[in-house]
This record gives sequence, structure tokens and C-alpha cells, in this order.
Amino acid sequence: MSSAHGEIHAHGDGHAHEEGFWRKYIFSTDHKVIGIQYGLAAMAFLLLGFGLMLLMRWQIAFPGIQIPLIGKALTQDGVLSPELYNQFGAMHGTIMVFLGVVPMAVGAFGNYMLPLQIGAQDMAFPKLNMASFWVNFVGGLIMLGSFLMPGGAPQSGWTSYPPLANIAPPSQTAWLIGMVFLITSSLLGSVNFIVTAIQLRAPGLSFFRLPFFVWTQLVTAFLLLLAFPPLEAAGVLQLMDRVAGTSFFMPSGLVVSGEILSNAGGGNPLLWQHLFWFLAHPEVYVLILPAMGIVGEIIVTNTRKPMYGYNTAVYAIIFLGFMSFIVWAHHMFMTGMGTAISSFFQATTMIISIPSVIILTIFLLTLWGASIRYTVPMLFALAFLPMFAIGGLTGLPLGLTASDIYLHDTYYVIGHFHYVVSPGTLLALMGGFYHWFPKITGKMFNQTLGKLHFWGTFIGMNGIFGPMLLVGMAGVSRRLYDASIYQAAKSVQPLNVVMTYSSWFLAAAQILFLVNLFISLRKPKTPAAENPWESTTLEWTAPTPPLPHQNFPVPPHVYRGPYEYNTTSREFAPQALQEV
Amino acid sequence: MDKPYGWWLPINISTHGKPIDDLINSLHWFMLALFVGWGIYFVYCLIKFRARPGHKADSTEKHFRLPTYIEIGIAIFETILLVFVSYPIWSSVKNDMPSDSDSLRVRVVAEQFAWNIHYPGDDGIFGRTDPELIAPEDNNPIGLDREGDPNAKDDIISINNFHFPVNKPVRVDLSSKDVIHSFGIPVMRVKQDAIPGTVIPVWFEANQTGSFDIMCAQLCGVGHTRMRGEITVQSDEEFKAWLAEERTYLGLEEG
Amino acid sequence: MSVVIPYVSKPHPVTGVTNAKLGIWLFLASEVMLFGALFSSLIVLRVGSTDWPVGSTILNVPLAFVNTIILITSSLTMVMAWASLKLNNLGKYKMYMGLTILLSFAFLVVKYFEYSAKIHHGLSPATSNFLGIYFTMTGLHGLHIIGGIVVNAYLWIPGAKMWHSDPERFTGRVEVAGLYWHFVDLVWIFLFPTLYLL
Repeated sequence: MSSAHGEIHAHGDGHAHEEGFWRKYIFSTDHKVIGIQYGLAAMAFLLLGFGLMLLMRWQIAFPGIQIPLIGKALTQDGVLSPELYNQFGAMHGTIMVFLGVVPMAVGAFGNYMLPLQIGAQDMAFPKLNMASFWVNFVGGLIMLGSFLMPGGAPQSGWTSYPPLANIAPPSQTAWLIGMVFLITSSLLGSVNFIVTAIQLRAPGLSFFRLPFFVWTQLVTAFLLLLAFPPLEAAGVLQLMDRVAGTSFFMPSGLVVSGEILSNAGGGNPLLWQHLFWFLAHPEVYVLILPAMGIVGEIIVTNTRKPMYGYNTAVYAIIFLGFMSFIVWAHHMFMTGMGTAISSFFQATTMIISIPSVIILTIFLLTLWGASIRYTVPMLFALAFLPMFAIGGLTGLPLGLTASDIYLHDTYYVIGHFHYVVSPGTLLALMGGFYHWFPKITGKMFNQTLGKLHFWGTFIGMNGIFGPMLLVGMAGVSRRLYDASIYQAAKSVQPLNVVMTYSSWFLAAAQILFLVNLFISLRKPKTPAAENPWESTTLEWTAPTPPLPHQNFPVPPHVYRGPYEYNTTSREFAPQALQEV
Repeated sequence: MDKPYGWWLPINISTHGKPIDDLINSLHWFMLALFVGWGIYFVYCLIKFRARPGHKADSTEKHFRLPTYIEIGIAIFETILLVFVSYPIWSSVKNDMPSDSDSLRVRVVAEQFAWNIHYPGDDGIFGRTDPELIAPEDNNPIGLDREGDPNAKDDIISINNFHFPVNKPVRVDLSSKDVIHSFGIPVMRVKQDAIPGTVIPVWFEANQTGSFDIMCAQLCGVGHTRMRGEITVQSDEEFKAWLAEERTYLGLEEG
Repeated sequence: MSVVIPYVSKPHPVTGVTNAKLGIWLFLASEVMLFGALFSSLIVLRVGSTDWPVGSTILNVPLAFVNTIILITSSLTMVMAWASLKLNNLGKYKMYMGLTILLSFAFLVVKYFEYSAKIHHGLSPATSNFLGIYFTMTGLHGLHIIGGIVVNAYLWIPGAKMWHSDPERFTGRVEVAGLYWHFVDLVWIFLFPTLYLL
């Protein structure tokens, strides 16, 4: 990875100031370097999280059978143990959400593109930006280190529900400390993003001329800013429970494996769930909003016409962001909630589906009358639409308590949110990678490998998450190490085998991606990478790659809206273009 | 009887489950209709508006009415489902607790990793429990005070085996000894988290006999997967006979 | 380096604030959510408890009252420090800032006596959820005080060099530190009645 890093930045050498290796690549304050650091770290974590899941999926499809090749390295008999299964499950979720997708969507794409798209030289607080990455990095190391602790990695799920998490092995404490670091990092980052987007816009770049991606990053930053602190509070309370012996989440009279717990009691386990989901529902929108932003950029560019209903789309994501704060308890319908509270949260959940439908409709209507170019990023962006539709639609039966009684905590839930995050967000992030790779590196990627990567990923992901919905429909609970003892699971076991093979297929497709990445980075720089998609937004006006620490040789001035394709005598009119 | 489990909803043997199944099925038809509708439009666009020589994007500003109507339609449909289907079902599930006189009352105490089913016995009164008295080796996993409380003398505790009669409402008072579990019976369309420190009532009524799984639906530790219970729905006579058997097994005198 | 970040010293013509000032307000918004979540937790725990004590029966109200006065006074001296810069008087700034830091230490010393008295009487966070939330919230508040001392100490001596190169930016920094300090003060003003009196 480090060589790739060097490659990407080799071009900066020619410019006026010389910085040492450490200042330039490691403790850099340049938002582009930090973006790439986030990107590489997140990519490593995504692959790790995916690897954990490959091992778990083997156990699900072939319970009790030795894992091929590496099984013996993991356990004595080569079979994934239930302890490891729970550890991998908890860490898969934690890594994918907090160390994979969010750092990639916000830390990497947001950091690199937001200042460029608004014509700024850097973030408003470059040093804070650097601190944000390194705090995140330390949090990631703590999470990784937890694997080596006695009793193994955290194993109470990424949700860490007490009392289970309170009585879990020591690594749960590491998880909480790691989370405090990750939360601090995202707090620093979100302050930076918001101030940058509000204060540092180029002259002429009014709010309603902002590229859609910037809007999604801005709303995302507000969600991170306001939703994460309650989880930090919850983390502090659980830390106190574990370290100082308090009973915030522990009711009186618990008996664990025959022993009466000695703590004072009087706490409330559901308090954790409320604090956790107050973060974790907005977190879902943190995962999806940047993806929508990327998809918007790619679709508009490749349809060669303006975004249909840009203003409506902006209002829709603001509304979405606001509503995401008042739906959290729909994750808790089965905790004994009465009719009054559940009615409120069902209603807000139905309401939040409306702006999601509006955004999807806007993307679909943008296709009408277009001239669609099937470039590699466009394939990913187009595929996002039906995938997000499935993810959104399957949320409906989960958002109504009556149908949730049956579907709650089954594989249907897993299928639902993975359709949003995996074939949804991850496809969008991959599309974003291909979209911006030329500008970031000055090189073009291999189109054929890119298309193969797309089809492999698209088919693989659907092969995993499609059957998952059916497994859930058959009634199989989630997080079961070996479901084969249940009647419901026996009938769907063939689906589990399909899903496991699909996950290998998906893994193979990612190898194509890595091969493409390395081949492309070794290619010489080409002027074709300057603006290969003929885009209008400001990042394509900057030199390729943008100047270190400065981006634009001359600060740009903006004269028009973000997506003027075929609206003037020109085929496309960049935002910085004064006369037509 | 159909095969109980398949690739869609398993059979439903509860009296309250039919509307839930209807809701799930009609929602999926609705989802399918929307998805196919969008899909047809989507594929049409992908073909019709593909970039090709001589084809140029039409950038004139348009305003389509139809999507707005579709969105309003979706909103109305969701409101109807919410107000006229989901609210009433949930209200019934939460509030229509059967009265003690015509129902079987049972306590279910979840623990890592088993379901303790506590029947009140012939007197219909649950005996006092005390965590101090928990003694799994003496068939007393929930700390029933058999010595001190006369009401406890005839109480029956069954582990993972939950027998109850068909066509009679059952009310379960659900709690947990240690961590959060979730009491899920797929064929009964029942799911309720067991939260330590609280007792949550659940009711259901079976309209068909048979044996089916109880699954824990909330991660509760390393044995989560093993936390399998079994419901046995049987006729009233069979149920009484089973209770008598249990009573003998536990060495309790006839009530 | 050629990077020039605008609106570091001078406010943005449209938003009317500098970057740092907007940043601190956003940061404080997130702090409100943090302490808001803890106050909410306190309410949930208290409502769910059958034997929640009245704070004054366990905690030392006079000491906390003294601390309240100390903290409010430190907020005043903080404002005076900033105002001195506005009046172009660096010497007075240093006096008031020094006083602010002194008062912050005084607060921590009183807090230390309170804590050690509790622990001396065998009252620890594990004793009850009341004491648990008391130690957690005042502890977290104490960490905020320490954070404020670090920032203020930097601005007092080493950071004050900026006064000679960019007085406007330096005044802005002191103002931002002051906003944070008032927030920390405000949290205490909520903590004092909630924990000690009610």
C-alpha cells in the first residue's frame, strides 16, 4: 500500500516548496494527502471486515466443517469456534461501519473532494484535519489490538448491548476506548467540514450552486456532529460500568452463570439502546448520504443534462438529515414498547421514506431525455439505483411494528441494511473511485478491468444479499453460529450455500479491482485524465493532480450552477467559465 | 399439513398471525409493483436514451407531474397501512391480554442459554422467587422458594420444553436472569425481547397442534445459537397429562 | 507554503464570523448533545429508581456553592481578559488571564477535597447510581476544566506572542477560548442544582 501512496504523490515534487517525507506523506496537513490516507486505511479495513465475513459465511454454509487453507491457523480443529464467530461478527460490524465505510465516504472522498469542489485551497483547519485522521488511526489500532487481548476481541455485537457487553471480556473496554477515539475524530472532522463548506466557498459559489456531493457532505457532517456525542456519553457510562463498577445499565439481582452479581443495581439496559440508536440511526444516513452525493455527480455528468429538480433534492436531503434524529426507536420495537411511543416512531419512519423516494425519483427522472454514456463509474452509479430501491423498500415491513414482530432480528434485517450499505453505498464509493481516480492521479484506469469489476461486484453482492432476505423470511434469527439445528434454517440451507459461493465470487471481483489499481498507477500520466468525463464542477478545473497545499494556481471564481450540460451553446459549461 | 417451513413465511399456527402475514405479503406485492414499475421505466431509459451518434441530451427544463402523484400515492398507501393495519395489530398484540380465568398463565425466564418455563401449578399462583435460591442442580434454575412459600409447592418448571394447549390463550410473563434475550417463535408470529429487570407480558393462542422451535433472536453470548427451545401445542387432555408427568418427575405431591 | 486560508483573522463578510468562531459554536453544539445525553440519562435513571437520594443529604452543598462562585468569577475574569485585548492592553490581559487560570485551579482543588471526602467515607461510584452519575458527570466536567486550563495557559504566555504579529487573530483566539470557558461554566451551573440540590 505504501508504494501506491508514493506513486500517487510523486508528482508533487516539482512544486515550489520542498517538504520532508514525514511532513509530506505522513503528518501532512494537505487535505488531499489526508484524504488518501483515510482512503488507504479504510480500504484495508474494508478488506479486513470482508475477510472476517468470508470466514463466518463458511461456517454458516458448512457448519462444523474445517475452513479450507487457513482453518488450522485459527483454531485447533480448523473449524471456526462459536467464540470466534461472535468476535468476528462484532468486529465485522464495527470495522465496516466505523473504520471502513464512514472513513471512506467522509474521510477519503469528503476530505479530498469537498475543498476542491468549493474552490478552496484546503480545509478551514488543516492541522485539525491531520489530527482527525491520526485520532481515527489510533482508534483503529485499538480496535485491531483488541483481537490480541485475553478472551479475544469484542463479541457483543457492534451494538454492544448491556448487560452482555458489561460482563464481556476485557476487550470490550478496548472497544469503548477505541470508540471514544473514533468519535473524537469524527467530531473534529465534522466541525472542519461544516466550517469549510460555509466559509471557504469560492466567490460566486452560492449555496444553491454547490455540487450535490457538497450538500450531502454538509448534511452528513451535521449528523456526525450532533448524533455522535450521545454515543460518546453512552460509551463513558458503559466504561464506568465496566471499570468503576457502576450500574448504569445493570438492573438489580442479575444472576450470571449461577452467580449473583455484586453491583448495586438499579440501572436500565434500555438506556444504552436509546443512546446507541440515537447515534446509530443518523449513522445510517451518514453511510448513505455521501453515496447519494457521489451517485448524483456521476449520473448528472454521464447523462449530459442538468439534475432534475436540484433544489428539491437539496431540500430532501436536509429533511432526511433532520428526520433521521427522530426515528431511532424503530430499532427497539421489540423491547416492550407500548402503543403510544411505537406509534410515533412508526409514523416518523414512514415519513422518512418519503424524501428517500424523492431522491431516487430525481435520479431516475434525470435519465429522461438524457444521452447516457456507459462509462465505468456510470455503471456503478446506475446500479446503485435499483439496489438502493431494494434496500429502501425492504425497510417498509421493518418500520411497521406489526410486520416487524415477525421480521425483527432475522436475516431479513441483515439483508435490508446490507442492500443499503453494500450494494448501495459501496457500489457508489467504487463508482466515485473510478470517477475521480483520473483527477487524483493523472492516470486512466483500465476500462475492461473496471467493467469486469463492476459486473463481478454487482452479481456477487446480489448473490449474497438477495437470498438473505428469503432466509429471514423463513424466520431464521441473526447472529446464529450454527442455525442448522433449527427447522426453519434447514429449509433454506441451500440458499446459505449460494450466498457463501457468491461471497467468494465477490472476493474474486475485488482482486480485479486491486489489479486494476496497481496496473493503472504504474502507467504514465496522461493529459486525457485532465477532465475525462467532461464535467463542470470545480475539481475538474484544477490542475491534474491538484497542486499540493493550494489546489488551484489562481483561486477560482464561480459564474454558474453546478450542472450546466447542454444548456448553453457549449456541450458543457464549467462552473468557473465566465463567458459562454 | 403443508411443509411447515420453506423459502417464504412458515406456516402460521396462531390466531393473531393472519393479519401480520397479510400485511407482510401485501407489503411485498406493493414493493414488487413499485420495483417493477421503476425497473421498467429505468430499463426503458437506459435503452432509449443511450448515447449514440446523432443523439443529444435534451436539457430543457421540464416538470413532470406523474412522479409527484406517485409519491403522494405512496404516502397515502403508507398512511393507510400505518393507521388502519399496523396500529390496530400492534394495539391488539400489546393490549388484548387474555384474562386470567380463560387463559393459561406462564412465566418464561430466559438465561444464558436456556428458556425456563414456569407453570403456576393447580393453584394458579406463581410461587415467590429469590435469586439467592437458584440451584440448577436441584431443578430450581429460577430460585423458586419451594420451602417458604406455599404457593410455590405445586409450581412446575420445565427447561426449554414449553407445552401449552391448543385453542386456549396463553399469557407469558417474560423476563431474564442475566442479559437481553429475545423470545421468538416464528410459527406463532411471536417475538419479544426479554429485558433483565423487567417483566413483559406476551400473549398468543395456537389454533393447531404440533412441535416447533423457539429461537433466541437477540445475541446473548457464546451460546446464542444453542438457545433453542421447543413449543409443543397439544390438546387440553394431553397437556394435562404432560403436566402430571412433570409433576411426578419433579417429585411434587398432587395439588 | 502557499496555502492561504481566508477568514482566519477577519470575519467572513456574509456569515459575519471567523472560521474559528463558527468552529467553536459547532463544537459547543456537539458538547450540548454530549452533556444533554448525560442529563437525559440521569433523568432516566432517577425516574426508574425507587431510592434516589436528595443530593444535599450526601453531597457537600457549601463546598459546591463556593465552587460555583469561583467558576462564575473565572468567567468574569475571562471576559475581562478579552476586553483588555480589545482595549489594547496586553498587561491587563495577562493579569486577568492569570487570574482565570488561578481560579480554575482553585475549582479543581475544592473538587479534589470533595472527591477525597467521599472516598474517605467509603462512597465510590459503585455505591449507587446516584454517586455513579455524580462522579461521571462532575468527572467529565473536571476534564473539561483541565482542557480549558491547558488552552488558557497556552494563550496566557506562549501563545500571546501572536499579539505582536496578528493582534486581531489573537483576540479572536481568546474570544473563542472564552466561549468554551463560559460553556464549561454553564454546564456547572446546570450540574450544581441537578446533583446537589434536587
